[in-house]
Parts: sequence; structure tokens; C-alpha cells
Amino acid sequence: MIAFLSQPWPWYVAGIFIGLTVPTLLLLGNKCFGISSSLRHICAACIPAKIPFFNYDWKKEMWNIFFVVGVLIGGFIANTFLADPNDVVIAANTKAELTSMGITNYSGLVPVDIFSWAALGELRGWIFMVLGGFLVGFGTRYAGGCTSGHSIMGLSNLQMPSLIATCCFMIGGFLMTWFGLPFLLSL
Amino acid sequence: MEQHRKQLEDSGSHCVNQSNIELPWYSNIKYMLVGIVFGIVFVKAEIISWFRIHEMFRLDSFHMYGVIGTAVVVGMISVYVIKQFKIKTFEGETIVIPDKTFDKGQIFGGLIFGLGWAITGACPGPLYAQIGSGHTVIVVTLISAILGTWTYGKFRGKLPH
Repeated sequence: MIAFLSQPWPWYVAGIFIGLTVPTLLLLGNKCFGISSSLRHICAACIPAKIPFFNYDWKKEMWNIFFVVGVLIGGFIANTFLADPNDVVIAANTKAELTSMGITNYSGLVPVDIFSWAALGELRGWIFMVLGGFLVGFGTRYAGGCTSGHSIMGLSNLQMPSLIATCCFMIGGFLMTWFGLPFLLSL
Repeated sequence: MEQHRKQLEDSGSHCVNQSNIELPWYSNIKYMLVGIVFGIVFVKAEIISWFRIHEMFRLDSFHMYGVIGTAVVVGMISVYVIKQFKIKTFEGETIVIPDKTFDKGQIFGGLIFGLGWAITGACPGPLYAQIGSGHTVIVVTLISAILGTWTYGKFRGKLPH
């Protein structure tokens, strides 16, 4: 059973589970699925600095913090009890391209060539971890949601703004992957 | 409660706690359990893999499109059924899903997030799961994302919406 669960799960299993999160949260307590909001609640709780955007009763949104803590614990459980010892299997094309750009280690969820405490001291690592994270936090809030709030929850509820946001997420991602990444990886 | 919702929606939040029922803090543990299942799926389907995200953006694999596409279809059917049959929450409340309003933030913010997504290989959800699965340095990325959100809040009035 554990061996079976430890293999990479197929896309349709993951898709069904993630899709079911939408009705589960609605039925459990009228909660709209969304993860990037947790970043805002953390700001509101820790560093509100009298900014109106963070001046609300974050305790009422506590469920969202519990949810993301759960995601963190889930990551721990999957990695501890259901770990797959093999390298990630990705398309040969992608692997060849990434390898030609200097990615050598395919063992973890992220390339340790770039994402490690040691790499944080280098310009490249700093851009990938610090600048990248900043863009994610800034952009998701500016867009009013992320892949979960817009692309899953919003599209499930047939919201046009979410479709626009999702298209922009993808355009930004394509631009960075095709034009920005070869340069950033060469730093 | 109504005021709380209004306050959040005025400030551009589309996802707010819609429940009017006051429950003790430990009632939130059920959301943590949902999060745990979600986190396990994230790791095991490799959705939080930087490599998988790049495979997606390079159009070399169907995997991520299959995951998101299936999730949207399942979500759509669920929302349709809930609305059609006016299904209530377990506490008996009517389920309310607020509409989202369009503003330019979805375009500008969406593009900015997209750029960041391809760099970090992670949206906010995967950041938490990556930390949990032992990539402790991603704490730095998460803190940076929190600061990004804070910076947006600080300069919100000056940005085009």
C-alpha cells in the first residue's frame, strides 16, 4: 500500500482531489478556496503598520492559516512516509534544455543547484528565491488571488475576472520561461 | 460580520470568510485536515515540483494541464450542484460564493505573478508544501512573498486598478 502510494500520482487523481477541495471548504463552513490570502492575513496579524489594507479582523480568517499549516504538514507527511527515492521523471525535452542551462540535480522538488541556503549568497540564488518570492506575493495580491483563488475557485464559479487573471498568469510564466530564464540561469 | 465582509471586499479581497456563525478556534482544525490531504496530493502528484512547472511552461507535458483542467471541471460541477440544489453547509448556512469584480489588477498583478511563478516554480500553496517536505530554504521565498504582499498593501492606492 505504502509502496503503491509512494509512486508519483497521476494527474487525474490529483485533479479530482484538488477540485473536491472547492465543495469541501464550502460545505465545511462557507469558505472560498484561496491560498494567497494567507499571506495577507499574516501581514495583518504581524506587520499591519496602520495600512488600511491590513486593518481588518484577521482572526475571522484564521481558518485560512490553519489550512496552509495543514498544507505544510501534508508536505512533511508525504516526504517522510511516502517518499519516492527516484529522480523526478520529466519530459526529455525539458530535461535537455534545463541541463544545457546548468541544472544538474533532479533529485528534489526544486533544483538544489539554485535553491539552497548556500546559493542564497549568490546573485542567481538571491534572484530565484528572494526576488521570485517577492513577485509571487506582490502579484497574487495585486491580481486578487493565485492559482487556487482564481484558476480553481474562480473558474469553477465561472468568473470572467478569474479567466483573465489565469490567462495573465500563464502569459507571465511563458515570458519568463522562454525569455527570462535562460538569462537568469546563466548568472 | 457583514461589516467585516464589506471591509475586506472594499479592499479588493475576493475570498472572504462568508460564515456568520461564531465557532471556537479549534473548529478550524478541520481546515487543517483538508490542508494536510491537499499538501500530500501536492507532493505526490509533483505539482510543487519546479521541474514540472517548467515542463508545463515549455509545453512539453500534459501533466500540469491535466491536473488543473480536471480540478476546474470537478470544481465547476460541484459549484453547479451546490447552487442548483441550494445545498447548505454542515452547520445549515446557505452557501454564498461572491462574484469577483474586474479591475486592471488581474492583468498587471496576474502578469507579475506569472513572472514570479516561473522563477520560483511555485504559487503560494506549493511554497508551504515545499517547506514541509524539507526544503527549508523556501522559508526565505515565503517571507519574501509576505513582504511582496505587504508592499502591495502599502502602495495599493498608487497602483492602477
